Amino acid sequence: MTSALVAAGCSGGGDDEADTGSELYKNPVTLTWWHNASQDGPGKTYWEKVAKDFSAAHPTVKIEIEAIETNQLQRTRLPAALLSNDPPDIFQAWGGGEMREQVEADYLKDVTDQVKSEVADIGSAAEIWQVDGKQYGLPFRMGIEGVWYNKDMFAKAGISAPPTTFDELNTAVTKLKAINVIPIALGAGDKWPAAHWWYNFALRACSVDTLKKAATDRTFDDPCFVKAGQDLKAFIDTKPFQNNFIATPGQNDPTSANGLLANGRAAMELMGDWNRGTLDTVATDKAKLATFLGWFPVPAISGSAGDPKAALGGGDGFACSKKAPAECVEFLKYLVSPEVQKGYAATGTGLPVAKGAADGVTDPALKSILTATSEATYVQLWLDTAYGSTVGNAMNDAIVAIFAGNGSPEKVVAAMKAAASK
Amino acid sequence: MTSTDQTRFPAGGVSAPPAGLRPTARPSARRAQTRRKWYEIVGLTTPALVVYVTFVLVPMGFAFYYSLFRWRGVGPPTEYVGFKNYTLAFQDPIFLDALRNNAIVVFGSLLIQGPIALGVALLLNRRFRGRSTFRLLAFVPYVLAEVTVGIMWKLILTGDGTVDVLLRAVGLGGLVQAWLADLDVVIWTLLFVLTWKYVGFAIILLLAGLSNVPDELTEAAAIDGASWWQIQRHITLPLLGPTIRIWMFLSMIGSLQVFDVVWVTSVPAVRSLGASATMATYMVDNGFFARLWGYGNAVAVILFVISFVAALLFQRFLLRRDIEGAITRRAN
Repeated sequence: MTSALVAAGCSGGGDDEADTGSELYKNPVTLTWWHNASQDGPGKTYWEKVAKDFSAAHPTVKIEIEAIETNQLQRTRLPAALLSNDPPDIFQAWGGGEMREQVEADYLKDVTDQVKSEVADIGSAAEIWQVDGKQYGLPFRMGIEGVWYNKDMFAKAGISAPPTTFDELNTAVTKLKAINVIPIALGAGDKWPAAHWWYNFALRACSVDTLKKAATDRTFDDPCFVKAGQDLKAFIDTKPFQNNFIATPGQNDPTSANGLLANGRAAMELMGDWNRGTLDTVATDKAKLATFLGWFPVPAISGSAGDPKAALGGGDGFACSKKAPAECVEFLKYLVSPEVQKGYAATGTGLPVAKGAADGVTDPALKSILTATSEATYVQLWLDTAYGSTVGNAMNDAIVAIFAGNGSPEKVVAAMKAAASK
Repeated sequence: MTSTDQTRFPAGGVSAPPAGLRPTARPSARRAQTRRKWYEIVGLTTPALVVYVTFVLVPMGFAFYYSLFRWRGVGPPTEYVGFKNYTLAFQDPIFLDALRNNAIVVFGSLLIQGPIALGVALLLNRRFRGRSTFRLLAFVPYVLAEVTVGIMWKLILTGDGTVDVLLRAVGLGGLVQAWLADLDVVIWTLLFVLTWKYVGFAIILLLAGLSNVPDELTEAAAIDGASWWQIQRHITLPLLGPTIRIWMFLSMIGSLQVFDVVWVTSVPAVRSLGASATMATYMVDNGFFARLWGYGNAVAVILFVISFVAALLFQRFLLRRDIEGAITRRAN
């Protein structure tokens, strides 16, 4: 309080800041920042640097970081902190169904007016962090999902070009089996990496309109959702995955699915753009990984209703809690500023969203994702995020049951409907 | 809930001293003594009672209250649904799987750990060189943190882990399994890990019980010509009864609430398919991960009621003789 008075007293002469601006950076504030780059690596180190830089430029702002593992952050720490009315000031926000609930409970700061230029810069990706046309957060990473693959293995198996249709993918799987490697690594143990295969089949089976409608009315009556499960079942029956995929974790572990790809035991893995960073953390030979790693978009299915150029994707963003000081919004803006975004791109942990930051992307695989993202006609947010975690969880569980051999395409849709009413 | 409410609750007894105490000394002295006794009771129990009420009873009340709502944990609960969450739970095949798994762990623990612990305890109760080393070894797994044990066994059991390598080395490669992923095998693997972890506790408890068996009795029996086995069968075991029953009680309650080892060791996918879910993991999976907070609270209440009823029944029928003195007999 005293410092506020002192600050007000000193601000008399020659301060050309606007009224709202004059309050900024006058009082010492501490921003608590929760993000999910919990593993030691370029991502975590970079956020530490960003916080330090911001504090150096604005000495009144102290930033306290807590790096929390994604599931813990998203499922326990954050809901509990929001509910107990003691939230962090700025925290990881995924957009979609969950964010809508947070907005409805009045947890988040409406930043629409302050971030207009940033939103214009980011473009359509920023829409995921909107609820009813108002901006409640900004993404710092956005990309589409595709197939990461081992170029050397493809060459050895005699696959001349990355598959563009599922028929070609099936052929590639057969050829890869012939040279005795795991065609596709799958981390079904964590459920969502398996569920993403179903999402992609749904994206191919359903029209864009159906997908958009499902995200709001959550009825899932369109037969394309059953078709997705049938296509998935047919694909699983070709046995493209490693043995015991139901126990394999997804990432960040040498025995996980991306460990199989990173260390030259599997030829392909379906995963988002962040995989470049996680592959690096599990690879025993990073230099070798860089030489063989390639990426191609999820193949099309001929004769289906879905747009073959549509892609599944998502991003990571941050939002400020309702109670956060005004400096939080400034920090949010700083996080998506071109300079921070360029540095983020250079870490190789994900694709930046701001214009101009694309120059920072040097990795060839990430570059191809960037191209594919800009060429995608429609980007569908991960279905479990888009439908909210209640439907998302039930959907993922029912999909995993198909992988385990005791589910069915119809049961997935039934589980989604049941969860929507729970 | 204010703290004054809680402190007044036990103090209310001051104005109503227990009836039926016929004064034997002068009435005023007797009354002073009674009052002092009540002050002591109140003074000594209040802190514990406040903690118990605040951290056990109140949260339990809240859990029950929340379980009556359709609530996603965002904002205050508003959508009252009565007992719908409870009926939903008993209609979910995964919850029924979890119940079955808990039953397997309860009976598996009692039937496997009991005989092993008894045998080992009787052996370790004899005098021989290195006895304390063996006792220590038996107890080590129990001292380890659940999470440590879980991760350790996960490494030993998954893909080309120690177990698989050993089996292949001795020519039993055919037995190699997806120990933690095969839907039919995983619960038995978990039962094994839990047995390994907790059998040491049973052994230590039984050894403590054995040290209370008077030497004179066994010596007298030995002089009368009883064999070692006869002594154990007719003297030691009957005197060990109270200890065995207490261990059974603790083991049963622990097994109903088992969470950590299962959570760390088993794979999320296998858990969500019901193969390795227990009531506690099911509660966390649904409460936090599916964000069905009201439903999760209902599962918590079901888990509590089952444990509570089991505990009451056990006390009523098996522990009655052992706790008779502690509860019913007046101190002087």
